[in-house]
Amino acid sequence: MNLHEFQAKQMLREAGLAAPRGEVADNPTAAKEAAARLGGQGWVVKAQVHAGGRGKAGGIRFAANLQDVESCAAELLGRRLVTYQNAPEGQPVDRVLIEEGLTIARELYVSLLVDRAAERVAVVASAAGGMDVEEVARTRPDEVLRELCDPLLGLQDYQVRNLAFALRLTGQAYKNFCRLLPGLYRLFVELDLALLEINPLVVTQDDRLLPLDCKMAVDDNALYRQSRLASLRDDSQSDPREAAAHEAGINYVALSGNIGCMVNGAGLAMATMDLIKLHGGEPANFLDVGGGASAETVAQAFKILLADGRVRAVLVNIFGGIMRCDVIAEGIVRAVREVGVQVPVVVRLEGTNVDQGKRILGESGLAIVSAADLTDAARRAVEAAR
Amino acid sequence: MSILINRETKVLCQGFTGKQGSFHSEQALAYGTRMVGGVTPGKGGQTHLGLPVFDTMRAAVAQTGADASVIYVPAAYAADSIMEAADAGIALIVCITEGIPVRDMLNVKAALRANGARLIGPNCPGIITAGECKIGIMPGSIHRRGKVGIVSRSGTLTYEAVHQTTKLGLGQTTCVGIGGDPIKGMDFIDCLELFERDAQTEAIVLVGEIGGSREEEAAEFIQSGVSKPVAAYIAGVTAPRGKRMGHAGAIIAGGKGVAEEKMRALEKAGVAVARSPADIGAAMRQAMAART
Repeated sequence: MNLHEFQAKQMLREAGLAAPRGEVADNPTAAKEAAARLGGQGWVVKAQVHAGGRGKAGGIRFAANLQDVESCAAELLGRRLVTYQNAPEGQPVDRVLIEEGLTIARELYVSLLVDRAAERVAVVASAAGGMDVEEVARTRPDEVLRELCDPLLGLQDYQVRNLAFALRLTGQAYKNFCRLLPGLYRLFVELDLALLEINPLVVTQDDRLLPLDCKMAVDDNALYRQSRLASLRDDSQSDPREAAAHEAGINYVALSGNIGCMVNGAGLAMATMDLIKLHGGEPANFLDVGGGASAETVAQAFKILLADGRVRAVLVNIFGGIMRCDVIAEGIVRAVREVGVQVPVVVRLEGTNVDQGKRILGESGLAIVSAADLTDAARRAVEAAR
Repeated sequence: MSILINRETKVLCQGFTGKQGSFHSEQALAYGTRMVGGVTPGKGGQTHLGLPVFDTMRAAVAQTGADASVIYVPAAYAADSIMEAADAGIALIVCITEGIPVRDMLNVKAALRANGARLIGPNCPGIITAGECKIGIMPGSIHRRGKVGIVSRSGTLTYEAVHQTTKLGLGQTTCVGIGGDPIKGMDFIDCLELFERDAQTEAIVLVGEIGGSREEEAAEFIQSGVSKPVAAYIAGVTAPRGKRMGHAGAIIAGGKGVAEEKMRALEKAGVAVARSPADIGAAMRQAMAART
């Protein structure tokens, strides 16, 4: 789950770490008033969306006077911002962050994330701040510094010094860095973050270290014990169908094709998408109903995938294990009746009680195509969607 | 022969008296698994499914001499259960639970490195040696005793691989579902190493998916360390970047973990890679034929 920039910066402040002075506003007048309260010579007006690349997309504006702040906010608020990182329809800008202007001496990069290969938290830093770190890692790998933290020991002081000296920090900036990093590590662990990225981390002309931008993503599995962070969820930033699926406890990812997929198990759900593509079709979605799918979950899943107007055919692919095929077949029949499915439904059942399952589908009197096997199912679904 | 578990393996269930623990323990007993009891704190001294219930793993292991445990406790308590099992001297811990926070698993892995216990999972279907011992939630009926070892990150795709190798008359030795989490216990290489050493396993199926680089590492290992024919399938060719596809670990992050690269690495190592999930069995047969 992603946080907005203003929420992430609030987390930093609450942990006693410095962040630029700023206020969030949801209308142009409030934005202007916020700037007046902040004072100073210039302000930055930043669209709050869950996506990177805001600067290039025009989502970050510089205002020289209060009137500018108001008009920048008016231009950004209520619009959808499209960046190179989000979907073509963009994400709604419901809030802007007004921040003080800073005099910047250097821009650095710092992030914390879980390194899957090392099974440790990695602290990544670079002197090439303000740039796409993946691009820097590709073209100038020597400039991306990494320290791996033993989970039982945490980030050690020598590791912080390794990074600080490699970034050629001196004087007060060095001291600030040595205070900032352990704080970030503590926050990363305490808040169960999956990503904490500060890009850029600016060194001001008076040697302060401030996060110009800050991204935080929370480990979804830990939200049960991070109730405060869980309350910051902003579903307006997600695809509406993905948000509805999340609500229903179904794993759903929207894609751009026209064959709706309903599958049990994440691996098989991905494999089903691949199979459709292999046979010349385009999947409309990833949908995993889970191992213990009930008739209700199946009905809910049908509703979600049919909410996508592009869907011309549905492919249901179930390998019944503990959950028997006859129970699933009954669920499908009930769901198709209840939801009033108007497009062809191709069903591939395999596993426990498969023959009874197929009989139930056949005797339902509904336009359900029972496929012989995986390949047959994909072919029929692709054909039906044409 | 088989790997990790056989008819002799004595199994405890953690979260024994819960809904999941009860249901799957019954299924395991019906399959012939040598279940020796279970643990539910506060219910020690009771009898459940005809087996003793203990308050702690330490007491359970002392009384039963168990070798393995299977965990069905909720995600908030599962990491603690893994460490309790390891501390009690359990050599093979199978954690079915889905949704354990990454931070907890980082700590568990660090603790297990010092302890030496083997962990399968979390977020996995478990492990089964066909016809002998079933530890987990997989349907026992689709398995046939045979010669193929299976290791997979996905539950239902493991069942596909089992179903297809059963239909071809190849059957299975042991099937290990290593799970869909980014930080987990045994990985491909650990299982490949064991399958390579197991006399009964004649061929191996590897089922991977997008995210991480364990398939690439497995490919490198196969090139130098596996003499038996290997077939593979990788799910997620059509998965968009930066989106988590159901499994916590199934995500292409920072351009890494792409399916095509995994397939390329495996093919380079001489593995028969099925492009369709319907062809896993066929790829296995092809890989076996190429060696004879």
